[in-house]
Amino acid sequence: MTAPTEKQNIHDYIAAFDDIPGTRVFTAARARKGYWLNQFAMSLMTPENREAWKADERKYLENWPMSDDQKEAILARDYNRCLDLGGNVYFLAKVFSTDGLSFAEAVSSMTDMTFPEYREMMNKGGRSPQGNRSIKGGY
Amino acid sequence: MARITAGVASSHVPLLGVAVDQGKTGDEYFGPIFAGYEWTKAWEKEEKPDVVILVYNDHASAFDMKIIPTFAIGCGERYKSADEGWGPRPVPDVEGHADLGWHIAQSLILDEFDMTIINEMDVDHGMTVPLSMMFGQPDKWPVKVVPLAVNVVTYPVPSGNRCWALGEAIARAVESFPEDLNVQIWGTGGMSHQLQGPRAGLLNREWDNKFLDMLIGDSDAARFIPHLEYLRETGSEGIEMVMWLVMRGALGKKTKCLHRHYHIPCSNTAIGHLVLEPTE
Repeated sequence: MTAPTEKQNIHDYIAAFDDIPGTRVFTAARARKGYWLNQFAMSLMTPENREAWKADERKYLENWPMSDDQKEAILARDYNRCLDLGGNVYFLAKVFSTDGLSFAEAVSSMTDMTFPEYREMMNKGGRSPQGNRSIKGGY
Repeated sequence: MARITAGVASSHVPLLGVAVDQGKTGDEYFGPIFAGYEWTKAWEKEEKPDVVILVYNDHASAFDMKIIPTFAIGCGERYKSADEGWGPRPVPDVEGHADLGWHIAQSLILDEFDMTIINEMDVDHGMTVPLSMMFGQPDKWPVKVVPLAVNVVTYPVPSGNRCWALGEAIARAVESFPEDLNVQIWGTGGMSHQLQGPRAGLLNREWDNKFLDMLIGDSDAARFIPHLEYLRETGSEGIEMVMWLVMRGALGKKTKCLHRHYHIPCSNTAIGHLVLEPTE
């Protein structure tokens, strides 16, 4: 618990996020890095753009000032890599929705499980927070 | 005078909208989730609220990376269902209450909450799923809505304490609106879920229920939960629960629980639902 009047130091606040296992918090640094990756994904919200994207993905990306790494990560649907390159899941959702994937199936591709394994884990109560809260603390 | 008569909290998982739109709400998977909303549907029919102040977050639909308002209030007449990548949900337009919206916006700004004002936008599952959960599939939504959008995507998101204080200021604003209106405030999103990275799928039944407990009665401890605790305990998207604190803050010092529902899982998410009444 933080006392109501205690001001947080922004550097400590952001640094603490790196201690959470298997998680990329969408910080300003990631938002800046991923700006055009996310804006590209956003463009898939109209039927016309979805058609153009599906017709030729690589050509569609030519219009966007994204890095080569970002383009390759999107073409490969490597969503963990997209997160590392500044992607945010709500934006990336426009890409996997266009692919016809459910949130659960797309999300499962970022774990070490197959979709049926992931679905089974969720039906059994989800991933336990035990051991998944802190890297340093190991709890 | 307008008055806030109740608070409702609910998850807003997009798959719930799919279940409604495709008629699957009674099946083996969704049945137990929707059963927990039957009480509320009947209660809403009795309560007949005039307006719902609906606290939700936009999921890269109306707002992209160009403009990121921390707190934004809808003052428009009408909002359409957003195309989130698979076409807009087949639901009625959401009718705004521009007079109340503008009144709240003005009051909040004088009260030192520097709101962003929205006149035109589309609304995504964050708003339309809670409406479907509470009202089913009417030809027209039975309430007007004042959308209250909170940034819970790009960090830092607002603190729980600030969300709670915004709720308190919303209550003051509503009380000073001259028209006799029955107003509810809904907090949506949550509960535990993580939609990204190798830790995706994290759920925390124990923490979620502790959080539900904290919103009932006269405790205000929930306003001081740090972001890091939500992130560690409830997954990266569990942070949406700060939006429930806007609702709780608007209900005053003490609440009574009229209805409570919790279910795991829905897709990647734990479903939580509360109906609260302010008590003096």
